[in-house]
Amino acid sequence: MFYSVTQALLDGLLTTFQIFIFTLLFSLPLGLVLAFGEISRWKVLRGLIQTLVWIIRGTPLMLQLIIIFYGPGLWLGHNIWSGSEAGRITATVVAFSINYACYFSVIFRGGIEGVPVGQREAGEVLGMTKSQIFFKVTLLQMVKRVVPPMSNEIITLVKDTSLARIIAAYELTFAGYSFMKSDGLTWPLFYTGVFYLVFVGILTLLFNYIERRLDYFR
Amino acid sequence: MAVLEVKNIGKHFGSTKVLDDVSFDLDEGNALAIIGSSGSGKTTLLRCLNFLEMPDHGSITVRGDVLFDADGSVKGLEKDLRTKRLHFGMVFQAFHLFPQYTALENVTLAEKLLAKERSDFKQNRKQIFEEIEAHGKALLEQMGLAERMEHYPHQLSGGQQQRVAIARALALKPDILCFDEPTSALDPELTGEVLKVIRGLAEQRTTMIIVTHEMAFARDVADRIIFMDEGVIVEQGDPRQVIDHPREERTKQFLTKY
Repeated sequence: MFYSVTQALLDGLLTTFQIFIFTLLFSLPLGLVLAFGEISRWKVLRGLIQTLVWIIRGTPLMLQLIIIFYGPGLWLGHNIWSGSEAGRITATVVAFSINYACYFSVIFRGGIEGVPVGQREAGEVLGMTKSQIFFKVTLLQMVKRVVPPMSNEIITLVKDTSLARIIAAYELTFAGYSFMKSDGLTWPLFYTGVFYLVFVGILTLLFNYIERRLDYFR
Repeated sequence: MAVLEVKNIGKHFGSTKVLDDVSFDLDEGNALAIIGSSGSGKTTLLRCLNFLEMPDHGSITVRGDVLFDADGSVKGLEKDLRTKRLHFGMVFQAFHLFPQYTALENVTLAEKLLAKERSDFKQNRKQIFEEIEAHGKALLEQMGLAERMEHYPHQLSGGQQQRVAIARALALKPDILCFDEPTSALDPELTGEVLKVIRGLAEQRTTMIIVTHEMAFARDVADRIIFMDEGVIVEQGDPRQVIDHPREERTKQFLTKY
């Protein structure tokens, strides 16, 4: 039994990991684009992005996931996501990427605005170009500011992947839960928890490492 | 001939007039002190010279080359701005050192980036970088920081940080070095070491503009002095004469505070 539970949980973990990694891959750059939009001089753009962020942060991720997975099928008459596991994972990644990009954008904006204006001006009077100032002066200071809040969000993302169960994606929590339903076993639930703990533990070590690497300056 | 000619500079922020018809010349090897109370426009004037602000009126000429003329044809065009800025060096009140670089890296960064634009950079890369490093080290030694080159800004005292900032500004060999209240952010016991360095530069005939509240220092080191109030030059002349025997009522009033 232990072996088959482990097998099932590893299957679930694979899905969880896919949702996690693809969400990061899309939401990080999208979040940066949104952050630049939020500080743009163009008021209409700023307003649009602020509204988007308000809607996405103001409603449950689970609700967004349900709408994105079931909505197109009901509006268009045919489902744009295939009913297969891959389709469910794709829909989850889309919903999660939009959601997390909004949270990331706020963190990135804080990072950009947190670098003192004097840093840019010091670069300017030394004859640096705008891109030299960004890459050689402000970027690393931004990264340093952004790592602690980002680590929070990224750890939350690991656990949010369990929401994909609502559209029947066979992720880690679903895998552990199924043994309770079919065999009345509770220990697989705790075993599932261990999987999450190890996942988050590795991430924590990684973030600690990054923070330590950036510790040499203030 | 004057290195720097500033003519009729005017600047508004919204409806507030910050600078009004400011004109002065600066000769090669001279130190000019600018005094005045907070909000008198001293810092804005320096920021205009470094093109951190664009003047609304007037012109700025360095060695006969018109860098900026608000009323003429030479506007602040983005592409020329970088080369124009290099005529001036700037030392900020709050240092603004780059925290992620060592003292030496702070001094050499801009010079290394500029060197990449040289046509012979690819062939002579190693030699060019060695020269820049040597130059940076010499400057830090001159600032009395030989032992601190590999330190990061947060490991240095305020006075040391400001001396690194001075070396950084000197590294690009500006025609005119500007100081914006270089000791105002320092603890009183640390101002001396920074003033000593600036005094040393004056003795080597570095062309400088120093915005300062250190009256005794300005009187001693400057060749000329300007007193500003509410965006205009109220009085200018020999520092001893202006500080010891001011002619204008506003200058007298200001000086009673020191």
